[in-house]
Amino acid sequence: MSALAGTAVGLSVPQLEGDDKLCGSAQYIADLHRPGMLHGAILQSPHAHARIRGYDLSAARALPGVRAIITGDDLDEQHRMGAFIKDEPAFAKGKVRYVGEIVAAVAAESEAIARAATQLIRVDYEELPAVVDPAAALAPDAPLVHEGSAQYIKVFDAGTDGNLCSRTEFTSGDVDAAWAGCDTVVEATYTTQAQAHVSLEPVGALAEIDAGGRITLWSANQSVFRVQASVCESLGLPMTKLRCLTPRVGAGFGNKMEAHVQPAVVLLAMKARRTVRMILSREEDFETVRARHPFSIRIKTGARRDGTLVAREIEVLLDGGAYGDDSPGVLGYALLMQCGPYRIPHVRARGRVAYTNKLRFGAFRGFGVPQVTFAAESQLDELAEQIGIDRIALRRRNMLVPGDPWFGGQAIRSNGLAECLDIVERESRWREPVAAPTPDAPSGQRLRRGRGIALSAHISGLLASGAIVRLLEDGSVLLNTGAVDIGQGSNTVLTQICAEALQLPVDRVAIASPDTDGSPYNWGTTASRVTYVTGRSVVGAAAEIEKKLKAHAGEMLECGVDDLELLPGGKVAVKGVAQKSVSFADISGRAHWAAGGPLIGTHSWVFDQKTFDPKRAVALGLPFAQIGIFSFNALVVEVELDEATGQVRVVGAWSACDIGRAINPMLASGQIEGAFVQGMGYALVEEMVWDGARLANPSLMDYKIPTMGELPETLRAYLIESDEPSGPFGAKSVGELGINGVAAAIANAIADAAGVRLRQLPMTGERVLRGLLESAAAS
Amino acid sequence: MSPASAATTGAARVELDVNGSVADVRAGLSTTLLTVLRDDLHLTAAKRGCNQGVCGACTVEIDGVPMRACLSLAHGCVDRPVRTLEGMLETPRMQALQRAFAVSGAFQCGFCTPGVLVAAHALLASDPDPDEAAIRRALSGNLCRCTGYARIVAAVRSAASSLAAPANQASA
Repeated sequence: MSALAGTAVGLSVPQLEGDDKLCGSAQYIADLHRPGMLHGAILQSPHAHARIRGYDLSAARALPGVRAIITGDDLDEQHRMGAFIKDEPAFAKGKVRYVGEIVAAVAAESEAIARAATQLIRVDYEELPAVVDPAAALAPDAPLVHEGSAQYIKVFDAGTDGNLCSRTEFTSGDVDAAWAGCDTVVEATYTTQAQAHVSLEPVGALAEIDAGGRITLWSANQSVFRVQASVCESLGLPMTKLRCLTPRVGAGFGNKMEAHVQPAVVLLAMKARRTVRMILSREEDFETVRARHPFSIRIKTGARRDGTLVAREIEVLLDGGAYGDDSPGVLGYALLMQCGPYRIPHVRARGRVAYTNKLRFGAFRGFGVPQVTFAAESQLDELAEQIGIDRIALRRRNMLVPGDPWFGGQAIRSNGLAECLDIVERESRWREPVAAPTPDAPSGQRLRRGRGIALSAHISGLLASGAIVRLLEDGSVLLNTGAVDIGQGSNTVLTQICAEALQLPVDRVAIASPDTDGSPYNWGTTASRVTYVTGRSVVGAAAEIEKKLKAHAGEMLECGVDDLELLPGGKVAVKGVAQKSVSFADISGRAHWAAGGPLIGTHSWVFDQKTFDPKRAVALGLPFAQIGIFSFNALVVEVELDEATGQVRVVGAWSACDIGRAINPMLASGQIEGAFVQGMGYALVEEMVWDGARLANPSLMDYKIPTMGELPETLRAYLIESDEPSGPFGAKSVGELGINGVAAAIANAIADAAGVRLRQLPMTGERVLRGLLESAAAS
Repeated sequence: MSPASAATTGAARVELDVNGSVADVRAGLSTTLLTVLRDDLHLTAAKRGCNQGVCGACTVEIDGVPMRACLSLAHGCVDRPVRTLEGMLETPRMQALQRAFAVSGAFQCGFCTPGVLVAAHALLASDPDPDEAAIRRALSGNLCRCTGYARIVAAVRSAASSLAAPANQASA
């Protein structure tokens, strides 16, 4: 047990929503039902790129039960949404930009009627040449996905021009001169695929309009405030006209942070003047929402013969798809994180995002870091091999130690990386030979085992949060933050933080459901930010309540506030005199009925530590000037590779995360384990495949994610507590960190097992086998 | 009356035994059990994750066997008792599973959880002491994108041992 053995922090409290989820009574968007509710359905574009000349809605309108139809004609030209570049209408207007894009939507008395009606809509398309490859999109004569993209409103210096969606460049030191000082230089190109989020819950929304035209919108989302902003921007609504709420969310992983069907559902409700619910099918969700960016990465790293890293040059090209969405952020963040947790004095990192005629790519757990870590950590193994130095020794020599800043100059105040590395090296028995593979099968197949390692980091941070803590009449507490729990357990963690701050048991604190009418602003459940950023607001708001409690108690006990302290269980007492105390209930009663009024504590802040120190690095096109604090991960995996088929199986994984302090160790470990298995799917099997411009595998039948059958025999999460001075009770966040190094560690384990270096994800049996055959032919 | 399923052509009356009660609904010949459960009977524990029989989030018991409600036609369930998670909440087996899932952290978003619980409930009925391999086999048709599965395996094992403990044997 840690030094801070309080009422709540550090305890593995089961999720507060557990009873509801385990009884099947938790309500997700598709479980909500309102009186008189209509059902919505979408019509998707069959073309990758086409001008819309007009619509014929007569047959669809004539279908009995149809109540409203919306098309691009219901949208106006100037209202567009986008987190970084305002380039996206509520749905297709004027032209379609990818196969599967929403072209029109219908609200009807049943889902079947709505779906039937969408098929009766006739759209007059003029097909345009499409571009699906990002490099081809940036060629001078490529068809333009957006005409006039340079004129879109942007929130930073994106450099948008033609099909160039954004560009970013960071430099530190003098990389061109530095190569001369390197004894070994390794250069290679890595490519990564599109990964689908596959939250088990497909997206959906339910909009209800009142007689005065005010709309209430429930949806599967990661931020009620981003939903409100996106819908209002794309439809030109004042924010006062739209209230956004959230039911339980069937996971997000980034997919539900920005808008999906919410603008279309709100517009349907406005047009029908009726309540409308729309739930996408799994196929529609695959085709229309968003996915992880495919990266092409050229990376070059130089070191001295003792293994000291000297220089890094990296150039990345991202397929952004048809709309900007979070792409500029993913690019900028990937370039900030590509050095990994290492000191590299001379760095040039450049990248571009290209618009293409594919669905938009956006936020997905890791936010660009799994891609660059796959390249960078693979390259460190190649460098170690060429120099002839141990893989872990190379990493230890260069890794950031307490006192080192991050690339770009931001100070790091807690760094438990060394401990993470020590523990996974020890627990995986890295120094012992790998266990003998399971015996060869009679077919003569050969099994080989190997181990791989990767170090990585992630931020906890970004943007604004607030908290309101209210003392209820009976002395219990209601916490309201506006942060959406997408299933990871943030409601539980924030409640624990609040309970700890006020020395209450967890069951004396309730947490309000996010509501744009009643909650303080919260940017969202994204960027691994809720525990750290929102947690700080909870601590701040609780401190204000504590101050007010003491002011009352001072008057009630006739003493100075400095002589008072909180006692566990909801009491304020004279320091050292426990029997001279008043309860929270007594104080709240007094406040409500006699003196001062109800006790409310509030706090709000925005993360404001600068990412770049201009004396250390130069940034062009920086999407986040203030990004977050750093958490660290060390990961070892052991794989078994079948030489006959190329199939790779992960046998064991040991993942240690420095998360500052574990507010809830069970939930924190759950994040690390879940991230590992999701990363394992990314590394080995998952890939969205396009046949021309059409997604060829938009179903769970054709797009495979790991099942329980692929669960490694050993999967261990270790929590390292480095005590972040700025964090709530020392905590940093953990949501994304665990996925960043997975593909790299598996690639390094495959190389260790069979001497094959794979530079393309996913590392399918076919690719591994091809690699084995090529290396056999070469030797 | 039953807007979702009745809209389908050829809707006809069908009488189902769901969680021990008679459910009298109108359903088209191609209407699935999942649609009837969710939209007509408002039994929403079973989830529609893929509607294609892959994800397992709609798992229910038909004739005592865990099945995909999204692949089962409503008219095919006549005279075959249907039991959803809502109908299993009182069994000692389900309660042991729920306790184990809560304290093991064997769920996160909870969307796949009802299907996982129904499948695990059936497993423990046929094999009260399943080893890890048996659990993996029985639950490999239930996708979970959050937990990474290890805690689900541990929770099922822990529920099995708590049911085997002497204190529980009398009541189970």
